Amino acid sequence: MSILIYIDHADGQIKKSALEAISYGAALAKNLNTTAEAIVLGKVNEDLAGLGAYGLSAVHQAADEAFDKADAQALAKTVAGVAGTLSAEVVIFAANANGIALAPRVAVRLKAGLVSSAVALPDTHTEAGFTVKKVVFSGKAFAHVKINTPVKVITLTGNSYPAQKAAGTATVSQLDLHPDLSKVTITGVQKVEGEVPLTEAEIVVSGGRGLKGPENWNLITDLAHVLHGAVACSRPVADDGWRPHHEHVGQTGIQIAPNLYIAIGISGAIQHLGGVNRSKTIVVINKDPEAPFFKAADYGIIGDAFEVVPRLTEAIKAIKG
Amino acid sequence: MKILVAVSKAPDTTAKITFKDNNTAFNEDGVQWIVNPYDEWYALVRAIELKEAAPDTIIHLVSVDDSGADVILRKALALGGDEAIRVNIKPTDSFSVASQLAAVAREGAYDLILTGKETIDFNDGAVPGMLAELLDIPCIPVATKLTVENGKAVVVKEIEGGEQTEEVAFPVLISCAKGMAKQRMAGIRNVIAARSKTIKVVEPVAVDRLTEAVSFELPAAKTGVKMIEAGQEAELARLLHEEAKVF
Repeated sequence: MSILIYIDHADGQIKKSALEAISYGAALAKNLNTTAEAIVLGKVNEDLAGLGAYGLSAVHQAADEAFDKADAQALAKTVAGVAGTLSAEVVIFAANANGIALAPRVAVRLKAGLVSSAVALPDTHTEAGFTVKKVVFSGKAFAHVKINTPVKVITLTGNSYPAQKAAGTATVSQLDLHPDLSKVTITGVQKVEGEVPLTEAEIVVSGGRGLKGPENWNLITDLAHVLHGAVACSRPVADDGWRPHHEHVGQTGIQIAPNLYIAIGISGAIQHLGGVNRSKTIVVINKDPEAPFFKAADYGIIGDAFEVVPRLTEAIKAIKG
Repeated sequence: MKILVAVSKAPDTTAKITFKDNNTAFNEDGVQWIVNPYDEWYALVRAIELKEAAPDTIIHLVSVDDSGADVILRKALALGGDEAIRVNIKPTDSFSVASQLAAVAREGAYDLILTGKETIDFNDGAVPGMLAELLDIPCIPVATKLTVENGKAVVVKEIEGGEQTEEVAFPVLISCAKGMAKQRMAGIRNVIAARSKTIKVVEPVAVDRLTEAVSFELPAAKTGVKMIEAGQEAELARLLHEEAKVF
């Protein structure tokens, strides 16, 4: 019996969402009186034993570089196999692009119930049994979902459980495993260089139609850069082609939960709020005092974004020195 | 090419979400139902575009739901698609839906299965991966572009901080997100034509219930917004730094 966490990585680096998943799995293991172990497929340039600091007792690595190009079908087969060997009780993934590809497949292979997009540790001792809180209705509500099966799979929403580092060392073992031949071939990767990925960002600065046009986006990016944050936008902005679709946050875009969300020139339609209302602190800057977003905000300024935002950027710069 | 498009019924995006029976069930009173936006705007419309480019393409729609979903299937058929299949059971969790879809997909031997990236009610995004695993075929989730080149699917999908292009042979399952196709409206002539299209009702297969939602809650309301005068941005910066401690 153990908790198995899938460690997602890119370009040799372990993702922040994977560290959150490890801390989450370690806390769950503690509640269930068992151990937290992790699986790493492919090459990483980080000290795996050091992951013990996040609460892992063991890391199992299959370092074959073929895993870095393997498709979800091949990866899921390997993860499910290792989960079976370790008699893992719960398998945990980050709810990101790879998690959404792998977790459903692993769940089917293990005949396990799956909860996607968990936002809190499972309740393990309730009357209902093992229940997990997750986002439903695109952020407008939460559900407590009971898993009926002996083996369980969970994907953890980014920024909903903090990565907690203490002391400790994990044992690292190498697995002599190799992926099946991939049916999917990766032919190109286009990354926006130097930008913080939206789903992992702790600070997000977002612009709406109030910015009047894409030529004014430097207001948003300047503020984001000062805060080392990511840039996002509302749906109309993406629909009009002012900004790329992958920056659209809201019900039909990306759902995020950063520590700070600054909405500039966004009125706050219910569909937009669903995608951002789990942000811990929300700042709204809008010239319309009736903008519904103010009701969902922690701090608000009624004013012209073209005047307010540059002054805010300067004020933050001054504090940061 | 034979395409299967999975569509589900979902509450309108502007619907107020409330719960009943001591927060154990979604309150459907007064809710307007729509075709799940990802299924309609992206999966179905892209399938129709592919058929427009290759007219011998066959498109089947499928939904796992009771007869309450027929109106949604008619709406989808008005956009396009040759016929629809409804598996006659209320959807419960992702695995049950994926299992019902798998039975339909096996029967039809489709080259391409398209779904939305997730439904806007339960937001699991798990049906595509589960269905693909049950069918033992590849799946590319959260795709924003799909073209057919040299008999293969060329797909662009979102990854953290960018996108990735992938190539795969058929059969394949692709879950669709924004960018995949341009939203369109059904003309009145198509709405009328859709009335005579077939909705084939099939009975469900037996599936174990792996998960169930036992209760729901709404997010805690904000306690009140602190308004700062325009011109006092330094004060906002100070509050964010010292009070909210977000930077």
